[in-house]
Amino acid sequence: MHIIESGNVAAALGVKLAEASVIAAYPITPQTPLTEKLSELVDAGEMNAQYIPVESEHSALAVCIAASSAGSRAFTATSANGLLYMNEQLHWAAGARLPIVMCVVNRGIGAPWTVWNDHQDSISQRDTGWIQLYACDHQQILDTVLKAFRLAETVSVPVMVCYDGYILSHTYMPFELPDAEMVRRFLPPFAPEYFLDPKCPKNLNTVTLPDIRPDVRGNTAPGYMEIRHNLHMDMRKSMDVISDIEIEFKEIFGRGGYPFIEPYRVNDADYVAVCMGSLSYHLRDVIDMLRKEGIAVGAAGLRVYRPFPDKAVADAFSHKKGLIVFEKALSYGNQGALFADIKAALYAKTDRPFVRNYILGLGGREIKTTELADALRNSCKPSSATTDRPEWIGLKM
Amino acid sequence: MTAKTTILNLTEEEFVHPGNRACSGCGLSIIYRTALKALGRDTILVVPPSCLTVLQGLYPIAATQLPCLNVTFASTAAAATGILGALRAQGREKTTVAAWAGDGGTSDIGIQALSGACERGENFIFFCYDNEAYMNTGVQRSGTTPQHVLTTTTPITGKAQRKKDVPAIMAAHGLDYIATASASYPIDLYDKTIKAKTFTGPRYLHIHTPCPAGWGFPTQLGVKIGRLAVETGLFDLYEIENGRFRLTGQSAKMLGKKRLPVGDYFKTQSRFKALTDAHIEEIQQEVDGKWEKYEKNGIS
Repeated sequence: MHIIESGNVAAALGVKLAEASVIAAYPITPQTPLTEKLSELVDAGEMNAQYIPVESEHSALAVCIAASSAGSRAFTATSANGLLYMNEQLHWAAGARLPIVMCVVNRGIGAPWTVWNDHQDSISQRDTGWIQLYACDHQQILDTVLKAFRLAETVSVPVMVCYDGYILSHTYMPFELPDAEMVRRFLPPFAPEYFLDPKCPKNLNTVTLPDIRPDVRGNTAPGYMEIRHNLHMDMRKSMDVISDIEIEFKEIFGRGGYPFIEPYRVNDADYVAVCMGSLSYHLRDVIDMLRKEGIAVGAAGLRVYRPFPDKAVADAFSHKKGLIVFEKALSYGNQGALFADIKAALYAKTDRPFVRNYILGLGGREIKTTELADALRNSCKPSSATTDRPEWIGLKM
Repeated sequence: MTAKTTILNLTEEEFVHPGNRACSGCGLSIIYRTALKALGRDTILVVPPSCLTVLQGLYPIAATQLPCLNVTFASTAAAATGILGALRAQGREKTTVAAWAGDGGTSDIGIQALSGACERGENFIFFCYDNEAYMNTGVQRSGTTPQHVLTTTTPITGKAQRKKDVPAIMAAHGLDYIATASASYPIDLYDKTIKAKTFTGPRYLHIHTPCPAGWGFPTQLGVKIGRLAVETGLFDLYEIENGRFRLTGQSAKMLGKKRLPVGDYFKTQSRFKALTDAHIEEIQQEVDGKWEKYEKNGIS
């Protein structure tokens, strides 16, 4: 069934189809319509879940951490400073290996206050141990929520589903609402191996020593460092799971098929514009325009930011002449975080493309098609070279 | 309660093992052991960083027999909320959810989540074991450290501010059951825990918990010192049941009787070394004034 709804409602309908049973949230723009919709679905009896309106984002994730530890499928959503307020809990959820799913409706961070879109919120949380997926349109938001629960519960790592505030959250687009039975086939009920249960008492997240230590039966248990190594390795291995889930999802629902990089006119391109989120679709018009001018350029949207799909990036781009990385976030005093990651992924390749970096759209600054076209015209030249520092688009200095 | 509870008719089942990592003479060991007997096996615990985190043992060994979720410092009551949400979703509502936090984890960093959970009416019991400073991190002052007390962050002249009255803050939330207790009167705590279990919604127990290392007294004197706090009228045992306040146990017995002077309590602990005679006199007058109100209102 096709419906026309906002991106936030697409996310809410995904959470309903995923049959999350504990939802906790605190209001923050532009996430609010998503959680309002969920509270409405629960209140109307259309969704069988506990909706818990907490007093802060820190508590929202605390509720999800505890509910997940007690064996329930948990969901929350936030934006910007709300995500930052969760920071300690983000690390806790990942360290405790809880398959929580959270929508991050991307918004710039104060100070100064902004309510408009950029990616600084989620990018600044890249090292919290969460998987980060980025959606480009409403259909992807809904589908990614379903895939995120499946992924999180398969690898026991929490997942953020990130999508652009306003550009996607508050705009209306048609998308297909999957059949609930088909979703159940794709996403079986949450059945964790361990959960809080008086019949089988466990003390979870206890103080752990630097070195390994035997338990009361003499079996060696990991130390803190082994536990961290396990999280890292499981994040790396989750890339195979992401690929498998994408294939299975396409078999059942007939959509998708691009687990890491969604390409547009990339095959015969010499140069590729790379970015995350809705901008990769915005760029498609620019690519068509430049193709008519004879510039062999394509566009690619990265769907997964953590774990970083370095092999997919190297395979897709190492034979290209140049990459132009557009980012709505910045590692202050250095460069765009995605730019640095892409350069690192290509470093081992002897014949690698040049990589350039543009920072744009911070705090909702309008991204003009003409500006994107000019940047690409400027960069898509054999004489271009890899830069150390980003250039800025739309900066009025 | 039908028969009077004594040490002989407490359940023999132990939920806290001997040989745990509490310091010798720790008041928390007494109350945790006793209250867990009252809570019973069908209980899930929530614990933020505190002395209790250490008492319960280091991975992969646990000193307790009940499932426990260790959570971040500020999130205790919110985590209890999440467990309750999951239990409702799974039809496991019969299980008791009990949070155990220290005074800092309750009155300072944990109070937002606690207030939120109480306002939402979450069905849990919150135990605050009040040893009147951040003991696990090395005796820093907290919101419930009494005035003039020496801590490692009030090291010379003592804490300038008064002790925060957390049970009164909880009472302002309109809870159906609030009680204070003391590690020196474990049977009273046991009975109050049993009683708390008969209520639904948020319930709050505030337990005065002597700490030899932080208060500066010999380890064998913990019970005596906790009793002195009550017998001098400084820390009162009471219940607020459906909004009605009444003194209980030893405090109720003291109505109409002469109390020990507060100085008897202060001289037992090195943390009170900064108290002057004038301070002690001032505190004595405050305590006398408080008890005058108890007597006048006929609270018992």
